Amino acid sequence: METVTQQDIEKAVSKAAREVFDTMLCLPLEIDASVMRSQIEPETFHGVVALVGVAGSWTGTGHISCSPRFAEKLAGALLMSEYDSVNEEVLDAVAEVANMIIGNVKTIFEERLGPLGLTVPTVIFGRNYQTRSAGVKDWVLVKLHSGGEEMDINFCLMPSRAPQHAHRPELLTA
Amino acid sequence: MALDVLIVDDSAAIRKILHRVLVQAEVPLGKVHEAGDGKEAFERLKTEKIGLILSDINMPNMDGIEFLTKLKGDDAFKGVPVLMVTTEGSQAKVMQALELGAAGYVKKPFTADQIKEKLTGII
Repeated sequence: METVTQQDIEKAVSKAAREVFDTMLCLPLEIDASVMRSQIEPETFHGVVALVGVAGSWTGTGHISCSPRFAEKLAGALLMSEYDSVNEEVLDAVAEVANMIIGNVKTIFEERLGPLGLTVPTVIFGRNYQTRSAGVKDWVLVKLHSGGEEMDINFCLMPSRAPQHAHRPELLTA
Repeated sequence: MALDVLIVDDSAAIRKILHRVLVQAEVPLGKVHEAGDGKEAFERLKTEKIGLILSDINMPNMDGIEFLTKLKGDDAFKGVPVLMVTTEGSQAKVMQALELGAAGYVKKPFTADQIKEKLTGII
């Protein structure tokens, strides 16, 4: 039976993020060593979150979060425009960045785990909210730094067939 | 001769980037049309004379593979070249798209040069 370790996820996420930052965003990037944790953002959050699901014989979720200011910066780099608020274009740009990073992580794991599907990204912007995934025990967090800004990429991946790892959709609590 | 292009992607950001890349690549552009999924793209094809299509795969309603299958099965549109531009980078998906009749495949993230290079072989 294949196993996926924290290091495997860290390596895949780091590679995918670097490719997106170098190729499409042309922004500097530093990546911290990953940490394993059981919940995402236990405290209330203010900013932009993008979620992309992975499904197949293995199931997972990619969760990308950053401040509104960094979201505007990402959109500016991607679309070669300037943004001073989180509007529809900024949200769309963050969703696409998440789609590219998690999509590439998925492609890396497909070589070992077989075909996997990808959901259309969902992006959320707001104040004082938490995200929680009821069925997920182990998230791997990879922290990115770019020009004084931070982005968290949380990723979980587990076999679909094991009932004890049954994956439930993200729940949001205000 | 100017070429009317249809960009099919559920992300407005990617549609905007691809439009810019087409200009940078000095493609002899006519009108540039956009669609958010395969279903919408097919509707556009019925009303516009399209000479080139750039299409994503993962889209709601009708994905890029279904759109390509439908397009290549229709005598009116099967001659229109389609360049797939997508995060779906697995070898199996690339092969599937090419077997269905895609003229080329570019994986996201992409550079303007990669798109330009692929288009050179298509148009």
